[in-house]
Amino acid sequence: MLTRRIIACLDVNAGRVVKGVQFVDLVDAGDPAELAARHAASGADEIVFLDITATHEARGTLLETVRRAARQLFVPFTVGGGIRTADEAAAVFDAGADKISINSAALARPELIGEIGSKFGAQAVIVAIDARRAPGNAAPDNAVVFTTGGRTPTGRRAVEWAREAEDRGAGEILLTSMDADGTRAGFDCELTAAVSGAVQIPVIASGGAGIARHFVQVFREGKADAALAAGMFHFGIADVRALKEELRREGIPVRLLC
Amino acid sequence: MIAVVDYKAGNLTSVMKALRAVGADAEVTDDPAVVRSADKIVLPGVGHFAATRFLEERGLKAAIQEEIAAGKPFLGICVGLQWLFAGSTEAPGCAGLAAFPETCDRFAPGKKIPHVGWNSLAIRPESRLFAGIPDGSFVYFTHSYRAPVTNATVAVTEYGEPFSAAVESGNIMGVQFHPEKSGETGLRVLRNVLEWKPC
Repeated sequence: MLTRRIIACLDVNAGRVVKGVQFVDLVDAGDPAELAARHAASGADEIVFLDITATHEARGTLLETVRRAARQLFVPFTVGGGIRTADEAAAVFDAGADKISINSAALARPELIGEIGSKFGAQAVIVAIDARRAPGNAAPDNAVVFTTGGRTPTGRRAVEWAREAEDRGAGEILLTSMDADGTRAGFDCELTAAVSGAVQIPVIASGGAGIARHFVQVFREGKADAALAAGMFHFGIADVRALKEELRREGIPVRLLC
Repeated sequence: MIAVVDYKAGNLTSVMKALRAVGADAEVTDDPAVVRSADKIVLPGVGHFAATRFLEERGLKAAIQEEIAAGKPFLGICVGLQWLFAGSTEAPGCAGLAAFPETCDRFAPGKKIPHVGWNSLAIRPESRLFAGIPDGSFVYFTHSYRAPVTNATVAVTEYGEPFSAAVESGNIMGVQFHPEKSGETGLRVLRNVLEWKPC
């Protein structure tokens, strides 16, 4: 049976893992390579590495940190942040990434999705969507997409952009609720369900993970194929192994290590 | 030396890293002469079945066919497994190696496609690929097309329907999942290939 994936995310700023609340107030959480290896050993199904300041500061992805983290990993490894062209993606793949995640650059030039996909396969292209419910109309279908690390509203709806990304050849959607991010109060299940129901490709839910119950909710109610968390794991509040054991008790299919 | 055949379909970094992690002397090549001089052949690959046309154009298909016939161990990964079959509905004009007569097809609708993530293996106990690997172990998949369950199937996985997660017939082996991304289980599969000797 296909299991639900638990993904550990490393938000990286200047070569260090950091954790913020609603995209600001960054706190140091450790060395990327060390944390990636620790999460994989405790049962993380994938590792995501996001260079969170790359677009904002117009800085390229830190290839050397990627290379160092990739060396110890034999689970899928995704890298995002500041990838603007197929050539930049190629350099990230060469450094050891299995998938790349694109966000601002895909919104600015949606052709980029197909350009990377045609060279490295659709499975290697994740389109990351940072979305926030609109104040006037909070319906999940009306949630709006932001770019550049949550700084700039695009006016586009998350559901529509996810559909377009799929049509253009994205392999997966990484959906972050900016309202929930960093709160540890639970995922935005309604938003996740709206996007997951709109596309055929897998949707990774992100933003708001705090306790095991939140994962149960986002898999059941949010129809997420995978769920991602960062700070929850880094500070040892819950490790992946303990989380998965609890999910299994709740009847969610997960991969447990022997 | 293991020849890792490069047919310009995706990224070989992870496959090379995993082969080296289990102690293999592996080399990426698109040269039929290197394939002929290797001890073992690995054909990785993600992406579209049509990419395998490159193998024919470069004379790699003929080299692989001859070396397999001569008893050299061969492992196909992902599209590399599918290529062992007669063909795939993904690229109807593009012939596979036809080591197995069946055809690969897209997953039936009614579920998310591609099939992405960790799924379990129902392993046939006689399999050499899975020596030392417990039945029910999880491995990582990412694909939209799948090979049917046949006499050569040594591991079955269910995704709405059963399909071949691995095939094995003498020196010919194929895995639909990515051993290079399947943690300790995947590394053990690669080690089993590395240590493969004729019976």
